[in-house]
Amino acid sequence: MSDNAGIKILICQGTGGISAGAKQVEAEFTRLIAEKGIVAQVGKRCDVVKTGCRGLCANDVLVDVITPELGRVTYDFVVPEDVAAILDQHIVNNEVIEKKKAKAYYNTFVDQQMRVVMTGCGQIDPERLDAFLEEDGFKAIEKCVKEMKPSEVIDEVKKSGLRGRGGGGFPTGMKWSFCAASPGNHKYLICNADEGDPGAFMDRSILEGDPYCVIEGMMIAAYAIGCDAGYVYVRAEYPLAIDRLQKALDTCYEKGYLGKNIQGWGFDFDMRIKKGAGAFVCGEETALMASIEGERGMPRPRPPFPAVKGLWGFPTNINNVETFANVRHIINKGSDWYSSLGTDTTKGTKIFAVTGKVKHTGLVEVPAGMSVRDVIYQVCGGIANNRKFKAVQAGGPSGGCIPAEVLDTPVDYDSLIKAGAMMGSGGLVVMDETTCMVDVARFFLSFTKMESCGKCVPCRIGLKAMLDILERITEGRGEMEDIDTLLEMGATIKKASLCGLGQTAPNPILSTVKYFRHEYEAHILEKRCPSNSCKELLLWQVVPEKCVKCGACLRACPSNAIKWEKGEVAFLVKENCTKCKSCYDACRFMAIE
Amino acid sequence: MSNAPAEEIPAEEIDLTEANEVIDKYLTLPGNLMPVLQGIQEAYGYVPKPTIDLVAERLNVYPSQIYGVLTFYAQFHLKPRGRFIIRVCVGTACHVQGAERITETFFGRLGIGHAETTADLRYTFEKVACLGACGMAPLAMVNDDTFGKMTVQKVDEIIETYNARPMK
Repeated sequence: MSDNAGIKILICQGTGGISAGAKQVEAEFTRLIAEKGIVAQVGKRCDVVKTGCRGLCANDVLVDVITPELGRVTYDFVVPEDVAAILDQHIVNNEVIEKKKAKAYYNTFVDQQMRVVMTGCGQIDPERLDAFLEEDGFKAIEKCVKEMKPSEVIDEVKKSGLRGRGGGGFPTGMKWSFCAASPGNHKYLICNADEGDPGAFMDRSILEGDPYCVIEGMMIAAYAIGCDAGYVYVRAEYPLAIDRLQKALDTCYEKGYLGKNIQGWGFDFDMRIKKGAGAFVCGEETALMASIEGERGMPRPRPPFPAVKGLWGFPTNINNVETFANVRHIINKGSDWYSSLGTDTTKGTKIFAVTGKVKHTGLVEVPAGMSVRDVIYQVCGGIANNRKFKAVQAGGPSGGCIPAEVLDTPVDYDSLIKAGAMMGSGGLVVMDETTCMVDVARFFLSFTKMESCGKCVPCRIGLKAMLDILERITEGRGEMEDIDTLLEMGATIKKASLCGLGQTAPNPILSTVKYFRHEYEAHILEKRCPSNSCKELLLWQVVPEKCVKCGACLRACPSNAIKWEKGEVAFLVKENCTKCKSCYDACRFMAIE
Repeated sequence: MSNAPAEEIPAEEIDLTEANEVIDKYLTLPGNLMPVLQGIQEAYGYVPKPTIDLVAERLNVYPSQIYGVLTFYAQFHLKPRGRFIIRVCVGTACHVQGAERITETFFGRLGIGHAETTADLRYTFEKVACLGACGMAPLAMVNDDTFGKMTVQKVDEIIETYNARPMK
């Protein structure tokens, strides 16, 4: 050991970090450290394994340097060229490079959050059972089995006020009590990790970062309900989550935390993973069960409810990953503690995946009831590129758009529904003035149309017909009565569809018509897209009055269609233009339309 | 669900040893059809026709049910796939950050559309719903390599890089 012992360099290597060049940064550190003969440990702070680190992947590559003298300092936007300076100044001369240090917003981003479910993510090694045990792992299930009757566990969850985090928000304790009350000795427990919502990735992060907490949550539920077998239904698109979870399950079997007579407590529970195969509708519980049975994942009408007749005809209880991840904290810290967080109707915390045109995209966990405005402006730093906020889309394809007027809506189940959106899985996609709301509605509908299983007519044919209308409008061929037709069809599809997919699919349209009707009208009456987004309606020209002569469009153009000289207004050569919109996105002054 | 005409399945001779091994592994598991088909796809890169007949026979299910499952889920493929699978995320975050121009540029440069493979079997192109790295939107992947903050220029760089890679 030399006197440099205790130096640690941690490099973010999540999917975001790697695509920003973390591997090259790590290689440069390793190379220079060897060259200079410094004794230091170079590691991955959050590798692909430990996503959900601190969630600020937009500023990758993030590097933490920990030395005995200076403690932990975080640098952001590190590129290989910075490495030499960090080594010389920071590590050799003990001087923080203020210029490269992550600015105050980094601490704001971290401090404004409240981590309950994600405490383990990025902190513990998901591959080591010991790491989980050190964090009171499996203490909650032990307490349940040794000190509580199953009905007491259910009561505790009921009292905590926990509601299903998959989106519907049904009280979890109540759901458990239905299945527990069903007759029969053989019952199934399912964890829904299908998470097909574009723009949401918290379930993946939990499974990758802290798989044992989901297993423990399921064990507690199994004990409370009386289930002896469980499935985790994971999207096949999440190979890493599947891999981590499988390793965790294997370890649990090996160490006697799963199987017969767990730890000698007289409690049996078996678990296995079921891989999905890429169908959004399989997030719906009856479709999910059909998929586990090896069929096409098509939903069936309810009743009978899964709690009575579910997987292979046995009583079945289904909860989402985030719901299960909450359970151990409720048992460990008590329902009183849990219900003290959040609002009257929504208890605890909620993880949001904040993405889109916001400064600091990422996963944030906040107490329920924080306003949408605070999530976007306080935690995530506001809108990128100094543009104007237009709307935030909450709840994925089943949700709706919240405009600036109702930004102070608290993030809880009921307030969001009142505002015309929903909590859904917790995706928040922020949109600025360059996003066309008609196009967004079209986007979501094309997604739900494609993912419709086709079993029921309103969803299969209705969504197609609505999409045709929306496409016509975005191409400038809409008529005024189209808006009424959309509203009418939307209401019918919501009422008549078989499952949640169809019942919520019209939401993005209904909410955008409600709040952004003028954009629909501009497309139809003036054949103009107010956000300059719909390709067919764009003129493709530079507006001289708005152009600030910066040349950003020239640098973005891949097809040599921009003519620009320093100090001159840019000019767009239409013959060369491929309408790729690169220049439009690069222009911060809305000077291209 | 799509209105596309049914895919034509080429007749072929293949070695069924691996398929048999996969079936052996899951033979007694309830609901084994999907894991079997997933295992076969993993082994062959797609689900060849002879394996479908084999599965029907050994698991005692109708071929029509197998085709029902294969065509319902997005991840099953009935045709050989390219050496490099290009995936462009068209999730919400990527969409608002301009994923469309990335997909269209790929279409233009490669001459293939969504879920198609180039004639030389070098590239298969896919639009996918969400890759879960929304912070780096718009996002593209080639096999396991991730490319964040995509631009039209980067499309050309990517194609150049992978054109230079060997096929095996």
